[in-house]
Parts: sequence; structure tokens; C-alpha cells
Amino acid sequence: MSIFIDRNKCVGCGKCADVCPGNLLKITDHKAVIRHPEDCWGCTSCLKECKVEAVKFFLGADIGGRGSTLTYTYGDDNRTVTWKVISPDKVERVIVIDTQESNKY
Amino acid sequence: MKNTELEADVLIIGGGTAGCYAAYTLGQNNKDLKVIIVEKANIKRSGCLAAGVNAINAYITKGRTAQQYVDYCKKDADGIVREDLLLSMSNRLNSVTKVMEDLGLVILKDSNGEYVSRGNRNIKINGENIKPILADAVRQQPNVQILNHVNITDLIYRDGAVYGAVGFSTTCEEFFSFKCANVLIATGGAAGLYRPNNPGFSRHKMWYPPFNTGAGYAMGILAGAEMTTFEMRFIALRCKDTIAPTGTIAQGVGAKQTNSRGEVYESKYGITTSNRLYGTVTENREGRGPCYLDTTHISSEQEEELYKAYLNMAPSQTLKWLESGTGPKGKPVEIEGTEPYIVGGHTASGFWVDNDRRTTIKGLYAAGDVAGGAPQKYVTGALAEGEIAAEAIAQDIDSKRRLETKKDVTENIDLFIRQTVTDKFREYESYLKNKDNVEDFVATITIDQMETAMQKVMDEYAGGISRNYQYNETELGLAREHIERLQRILPQLRAVDMNDLLRIYEIRERLIVCLNVIAHLKARKETRWHSFAENTDYPDKSSKWLKYVNSRRLPDGEIEIIERNLVEHIKGTDGHYTDPSILARYRA
Ligand SMILES: Cc1cc2nc3c(=O)[nH]c(=O)nc-3n(C[C@H](O)[C@H](O)[C@H](O)COP(=O)(O)OP(=O)(O)OC[C@H]3O[C@@H](n4cnc5c(N)ncnc54)[C@H](O)[C@@H]3O)c2cc1C
Ligand code: SF4
Ligand code: SF4
Repeated sequence: MSIFIDRNKCVGCGKCADVCPGNLLKITDHKAVIRHPEDCWGCTSCLKECKVEAVKFFLGADIGGRGSTLTYTYGDDNRTVTWKVISPDKVERVIVIDTQESNKY
Repeated sequence: MKNTELEADVLIIGGGTAGCYAAYTLGQNNKDLKVIIVEKANIKRSGCLAAGVNAINAYITKGRTAQQYVDYCKKDADGIVREDLLLSMSNRLNSVTKVMEDLGLVILKDSNGEYVSRGNRNIKINGENIKPILADAVRQQPNVQILNHVNITDLIYRDGAVYGAVGFSTTCEEFFSFKCANVLIATGGAAGLYRPNNPGFSRHKMWYPPFNTGAGYAMGILAGAEMTTFEMRFIALRCKDTIAPTGTIAQGVGAKQTNSRGEVYESKYGITTSNRLYGTVTENREGRGPCYLDTTHISSEQEEELYKAYLNMAPSQTLKWLESGTGPKGKPVEIEGTEPYIVGGHTASGFWVDNDRRTTIKGLYAAGDVAGGAPQKYVTGALAEGEIAAEAIAQDIDSKRRLETKKDVTENIDLFIRQTVTDKFREYESYLKNKDNVEDFVATITIDQMETAMQKVMDEYAGGISRNYQYNETELGLAREHIERLQRILPQLRAVDMNDLLRIYEIRERLIVCLNVIAHLKARKETRWHSFAENTDYPDKSSKWLKYVNSRRLPDGEIEIIERNLVEHIKGTDGHYTDPSILARYRA
């Protein structure tokens, strides 16, 4: 499991690299790059830092991955966030979370 | 290479849960003290709390007492705990929770405004942003300077006292030295010692942060600090593959542990943390695996809520469910044991501290997962220990000032500090010396090789996953031999940049921790906790070992084992425990 950067979207702001708890990301030629994809812990901190949805999360095939990606977007209301799972054949599943609501379990 | 020298009244190493809370406390109460907090990543999302947490696991719920929490921890660890530490921590669990709520943490409340509990000791929260909330609070303290992306490798110490620390930037060519006589270590526990569950592409998909590599333990061991209970490894029972926490389904929706025949096996082995794991290992070994948490009884609404709860702390689990097209309602959740970790916030391994979290090194304090004796600390326990240590530091500085016996940083000491720093910087340089001609430099041993070699040794000879967590003395002897071999070849590694240097030092500190784990596993000649410390030469529990196994590294590198009697909670007049052998150490 790891992340990859959509180079067409990345604006090279460096925020993801600044926040990664493993110091795994760097900016090369104005784009974010993950040094060792196999060193990613999967904490999704970089997804949450990126304001242009350039970071995508996926599960490696060794832990059951099937090629889908997971992305994260902030809602305009300053309160909700949206997680989106996109399958390889582009089927989307969206989950909206209210950040002011506690877990039920 | 740029060299930067800094001085402070208090140096905090590690800006995680305990470190940040200590900085916040010193910011609130002691504005006259100059505090520096050094973090290898960025305090906004570093350490255990990066992805968020699912609940407050340690809370004194309505109608219960702090002593009951202590008793629970003691029972779960079969007696090997420090009751004094557990009690001082438990007494603060609720007040630190309140502070976090005031800072913005969302906690579930019922219609009467009471927190909603999950079982006897947990309360429900939205813990996704707990770390950014805490980091923000630290940023607002004017007397606290935050240094992100600086990795500390060594303490500056002499004759049992600390004088500062040394490290380097993980992003640019800069070395750092800190002169400071009051140092709090809060670097968390150690992951990545053993071969992980997913040794291939997803090697870092582990439960404990792979970036908490035991730096604090290693620094303390090298400085000759007394350490406790490293043999009580923590092995978590987790969702298979994603290694996501199971509490949310086990306690949250009441899922039972079942085997492939559908039998509920948890009651068969006992319900302590180690027995729940041992049961799972045994069911697998005896051919009744795989094991599950049976979630198939839940409703569709519950399933939706579980998707959300996991996104708030372990998003890979939700992705796994959604990607496979079957959620926890359709299929029970397969579970497995993780590789062993050393983590004083779950089990009791770490620095041997007094009730104020002073270590046996003068001027050195420890809090959170790096401090020993008090298992089941979790988030709130780490916060509480950060607060306790911060208060002790402030008090100690104050009394030093009043007595005007400031640790005499004489010219002599100054010279010694400078020498240590120069030597250490030279060591960093030696790893970097081929950075501009890597093509010409043929390295047979690489950083990755070293990591896999260490993990293989620990897995095969010191009770890893492939050995069902069991070991014997002969195997431990081999483990030691091989870890020492790896230590000897470590200087052959080369770094092309600061990030490589970081990875080299992460291996260095894990090797030091490995040796201590091996020495402790060998010393406890019984099996008190299944799986956590399962010595096949001594498969039974013995009342003779109802005591602590402590250790101290001697200057020649040998590890001295110190057996200590249990510290009961007997309060002296000053609120400290009164075990004379320990008192003597601190009051000397
Ligand atoms: C995945 C996960 C989920 C958890 N879920 C829960 C939960 O739901 N409820 C609960 O109550 N508890 C939970 N816990 C337990 C709890 O989060 C921890 O016990 C607690 O946060 C530990 O705090 P700490 O300060 O000791 O360590 P951390 O918060 O990890 O802090 C250690 C810090 O030190 C830094 N550091 C390490 N080495 C160096 C160095 N050499 N130089 C500089 N900095 C360094 C690290 O980057 C890190 O920021 C969870 C733990 C994990 C790992
Ligand atoms: S945060 Fe996003 S835009 Fe900024 S560097 Fe990272 S990937 Fe690129
Ligand atoms: S998911 Fe976490 S560990 Fe992985 S690259 Fe992003 S911030 Fe780093």
C-alpha cells in the first residue's frame, strides 16, 4: 500500500513533503515524488495536505489491492470532507464525513 | 556542511503525543523557560497519531476509579507493572481529555452532556485530527521553539548526567547540536525490529509507525540509563493485511473471535491482551485457521458507520472493504498477529523512571511510549506523562536555581560537549563521504539489505511471526551473534543524501534496541505472557519471576541485567513510592 502523485495536478507546493511522518516525499522539478513507495505507512497525511487532489492512495497487490485509488477532498462548508474510491473501470464510491461528528463505534 | 548550535532550558526530543503535551504544558505554566521541541518529521502529523485514532482508550468512565484502571492494567500484565506510575497517570486521564476537548477534539456526548463510553474504559471521539489540534496548541506557545525535520541520534552525557543532544536535518545539509541540561525524551516506541507481516511491497503497512525506530531507547541505552521490561514485547491482534485496529469492531459492534469452523475461541484461552493473541496463534497452528472477528451480524447502517470510523483512523481498511465489493456485514474480518514491537504505551518496556518520570540519568526525563513500567497508556496516558514530566522539569529547574547549584556547566564540561559534538559530526560525515561519487563507490552492503537482515535474524531467532513468537536460549544466542555482526558492518553503509543518513541511523538505533530485547528475553527464565515472551526452554510461569527484569549497558557494551522487586503503590510523605532500593538511586 502506498501513494502516487498525479503529476498533471501537482503544483509543487511542497506541503505533502513537509508533513509526511516518514520524510518520504521530496520535490523534484517542481513536482512531488515519493522516494521509496514501499516505505509508505499509509497514514494519508499527504492526501489531507494537498489542496489540488494530486495525491492518490492505493493498496498494494500483496495486501489485497485491485487497482482502485482513494482520494480526499475538503468540502466548501469547512466542515465536511469527501473520500472517493475510484475503481480501475472508473466506478466511483463516495463517502462524506462530517468532521464535527464522532465515530459511532 | 552547515553546523547549528542551540541552547535552551528544556529540550524535548520527539514532537509526538507526549512531547507536544509537555511543550504545551511548559508553554502554559512556565513562560520564563526557553523550550525547544525537536521532531524528525513535522509535529502536525508525526508519530502514532498521524492517521488519527479511533477512541480514547484510557479514560475513567462514570462510576469507576483511577485505582480500577490500575488494577486492570496490573492484571492484564500479570503483575509486572509499576503501580505508582499507573496511578499517577490514571489520575490525570480525564483532565487531559478535557483539555483536548477544549482545544477542539470532538467527543461523543449523550443527551445529558455525558461522554458516551465504549466498554468500561473507552470513550468515543472523532480522532482524525487529534494531532493537528495538539500541534496547533504547541505552536501558540511563545516560549516554545519548534524544530521540524531534525533527527536526534545521540545524547551528550557524562558520568550519569545529560548535557544536550546531537542530530541532523532530514531535508538539508545541516548538523545540529543542543546544549541543555534538562532533556525530555518522547520519541515513542520501536517498530521494524522484526520481519513485518507484509515483507514485500507493503512492508511498512504495519500497525506501529515504521518511523518510530526506537531512537530514544537507543540513546538511553548508550548513555547507561536503566531500562525495564524489554522482554514484554507488544504484539497486536489486527485486521489481516491492512493491520488496522480491531477495537472498533470487537468492542464497537461486539464482534467475537471465531475460527474457520465458526467456533468462538476467545473464552478458551482467556481474555488478557496476550491470551487473545495466543489463542489466535494456537488456532492457526492447530489447523483451525484462519481466525476472524465475526461481524456478519451487523446492520447495513452499522456497516456504513464502520466505513467512516475506519476512514477516520485507518483508511486502508475501508478501501479494502469497498474495493473488494464486500464489507464487514457480508464477510467476517480476518485477523492476525503483528510482528513484535517494543512500545511502553501498550506493554511495559522502556526507561525505568520515578513517579515524576525522571530517568536514572540526571537531567533526563521520559514520557509516553518510550517510558516503561506503565502499560496501556494509550493517547491520554502519553498526554498525562508529558504533563507530569513537564511539571517535574519546571520544578527541578526551579529548585536548582533556588539552591544556586545549577549543574555546573564549567569550562571543562563545555570542552567535553564540544568534543562530543565534533566526534559525532565526524561520524555523520563518514557516512556521507561518498555522496558526490556514488557511481565510483561499490557498496556490497546496502541500507535495505541491513534492514531485511536485522528483521530476518529477529524473526527467526528471537521469536517473530514465522516462529509463532517462540524462542529458546540457543536461538537467542544466535540472534545476539548476528545482530552484533550487523553492528560491525554498519559503518560500511553510505548515504547519498540526508534522507539516506536518516535511514542509516534508524537501523543503528534498532540494532541497539534488538540487543537489549534479546538480553531481556534471555533473562526472564519463565513464560509469564504467552506470545509476548514465550520461552520454550521455560514454558511455565514461575512465582520467582514476579519481579522486574531491568538492564543497564556498561561502558564496555555488555548489558548488565538487574532484577528488581515489585514496586507496590506505597506513598511516602512526598507522594513518591518508598521502595528503598529505588529511592537510593534517585536521592543519591
Ligand atoms: C496506529 C495507532 C493507532 C492508535 N489508536 C489509538 C486509539 O484509538 N486510542 C488510544 O487511546 N491510543 C491509540 N494508540 C496509542 C497512542 O496513539 C500512543 O500510545 C501514543 O500516541 C504514544 O505517544 P508518544 O508520544 O509516546 O509517541 P508518538 O506520538 O509516536 O511520538 C513520538 C515522536 O517522536 C518522533 N521521533 C522519533 N524519533 C525521533 C528522533 N530520533 N528525533 C526526533 N524526533 C523523533 C516521532 O516522529 C514522533 O513524532 C494508537 C497507536 C497507533 C500506532
Ligand atoms: S501537496 Fe499536492 S500540489 Fe503540493 S507538492 Fe504535494 S502533491 Fe504537489
Ligand atoms: S501516506 Fe503517510 S507515510 Fe505515506 S507518503 Fe503519505 S504522508 Fe507519507
